[in-house]
Amino acid sequence: MAVTLIPTGSAVVTPRRNKPSRDRHRRGAARWVVLALVTLAAIAMLVPFAFMLLNAFKSPTDYSSGGPLSWPTEFYTKGLRTYWTTVNFPLKLWNSALIAGSVAVLGVVVSLLNAYALGIGRVRGRLWIVGLFLLANMLPQEALIYPLYYVAKEIGLYNTRLSVIIIFTVIQSAFGTYLLASVLSTFPRSLLEAASLDGAGKWTVLWRVVFPNLRPTLAVLLIFFFIWTWNEFLIPLVMLIDNQTQTIPVALASLQGDRLMDAPTTNAGALISLVPAIIFFLIFQRTLARGITAGAEK
Amino acid sequence: MAVSETVAAPYPAATPTQPPPGRGRRGRNAAYWLYLLPGAVLFILVIGAPLVGTGYLSLTKWSGVGDPTWVGLDNYQQLLHDEVFWASFRNTVAMLIAMVVAPTLLGLVLASVLFDVIGRRFRPRTAAALRAAFYLPQVLPVVVAGIVWGWILRPDGAFNSLLDAVGLGALRHDWLGDPGTALPSVMAVMIWVQIGYPVVVFMAALQRVDPELYEAAEVDGANWVHRFRAITLPQIRPETFVVALTCTIAALKVFGPIFALTRGGPENATNVPSYFAYYTFFKKLQVGYGSAISTVLTLIIVVVAVVFIWMQARSERRDRGF
Repeated sequence: MAVTLIPTGSAVVTPRRNKPSRDRHRRGAARWVVLALVTLAAIAMLVPFAFMLLNAFKSPTDYSSGGPLSWPTEFYTKGLRTYWTTVNFPLKLWNSALIAGSVAVLGVVVSLLNAYALGIGRVRGRLWIVGLFLLANMLPQEALIYPLYYVAKEIGLYNTRLSVIIIFTVIQSAFGTYLLASVLSTFPRSLLEAASLDGAGKWTVLWRVVFPNLRPTLAVLLIFFFIWTWNEFLIPLVMLIDNQTQTIPVALASLQGDRLMDAPTTNAGALISLVPAIIFFLIFQRTLARGITAGAEK
Repeated sequence: MAVSETVAAPYPAATPTQPPPGRGRRGRNAAYWLYLLPGAVLFILVIGAPLVGTGYLSLTKWSGVGDPTWVGLDNYQQLLHDEVFWASFRNTVAMLIAMVVAPTLLGLVLASVLFDVIGRRFRPRTAAALRAAFYLPQVLPVVVAGIVWGWILRPDGAFNSLLDAVGLGALRHDWLGDPGTALPSVMAVMIWVQIGYPVVVFMAALQRVDPELYEAAEVDGANWVHRFRAITLPQIRPETFVVALTCTIAALKVFGPIFALTRGGPENATNVPSYFAYYTFFKKLQVGYGSAISTVLTLIIVVVAVVFIWMQARSERRDRGF
């Protein structure tokens, strides 16, 4: 939900130039009014971020005397450092990265194997199977959580990162299977037949023919699995209960309402929690734009 | 999430485009089942079995320790008379408005304005920069957004200070603490969270509309409103379906923002089925009752999804009909 497959790269908006009509549009005040209104709305969207930045570097005394809107009198970083050390932020970062990274890789592998059987193998009943995967992806996690929690406790996987990795590998690959199966159902048959005439088995065809051709789509899927898993909340909240295993969102949420979390610390915590998300967004933006074009041309 | 369907996978799975090769088909295909094996085993262990387990537990009374006691449909009967359960579904309707109706309508207008007016009459980069501003909240972990908003809307938070600063101090309020304003406040936050998604999807959708349609309409003297109704809306209907479906499912399942903003309070004014189930499972330790809530929610989601997909298929068939 949080991320879409559509890139926000600047390369996207490329309207066709039409000289005469463009000159005509350049006149008129209405377009400036529209621009002003939309810009105002866009600025309003950014106000909460500005509030957060403003208060993340403010001392508690400064905050209580000047309030949330005042300019900080000093560049105060103790809130940031308090949060960093109290929650052991580097460890949380590692937990989030380990979980999201493992899920991304494993989820793509499982999706690819499933989709190979469904999209290229065209096994019987594949439409029902694909539909089942699609529905599974839409299920509320509450419908799975208690049995998962109970069984994890019974077999000693409770409060381990492995439990969350396994669960999300399956949940994400349910979506991946649905997506890749439809991409692969249009895979050029001639390529497959040429390979099997050369004596290649199914395993070889998968890795030598299908995988290289699908690489851009798989890259997009990998990135989405990573970001979706990074942002997940309910299952990590239930499964990961101590400082050693928690992820970034769970760590922030479990300190909410804590005496330690005064306004500057809350804002500092939120700020460093969203920095990784913004960094991925900037890094992945280009890959996403490329991957989607490549995927769509198939 | 299923947006990718329209982007990366333009061909729906339901319509295989090539006939399967006839020669030795059955024997060749049987081997492919092996590739489905790991995925199927994992699927059954992590999704299938727990789903059945929750369904079974919904027919029992259990605290999570010892053996569940079979009670038949008692939990469901109790649900029918549970005020909190009904309140949580009434609040789901509010979530549907805040996460589906408002973002889709606003998104249609914004995307169309950004693409058709700002993208074409100013530089496309301007439109891209504005779009990024609308999209930014979508990038954050939603819980982080919830915590920041929770602070902004506190009695001593930034929003009340802002009201003071612009001379509206009389409106100061405990936005999330008053049962009367908590739900509208949560709805406003959810619109803020969701709006970027339809904007980005619809703008991408508009890329594939033939620009000549717009140019021809302009030559004929059609203004923006005419073009919006006659070209934009019909052309991007497939994307509108996908956005409506994914947002509806997300609204029915919403948990993180409620957890971070209000924990369902005050007085259940913002409780939703998902949080209600979580609370019943892990705070009240009524596993059977929590399972019944989850099962009802699951059934609703499945029905909604199937109806949506059926409607989409029907509308596509109608389009191809002539």
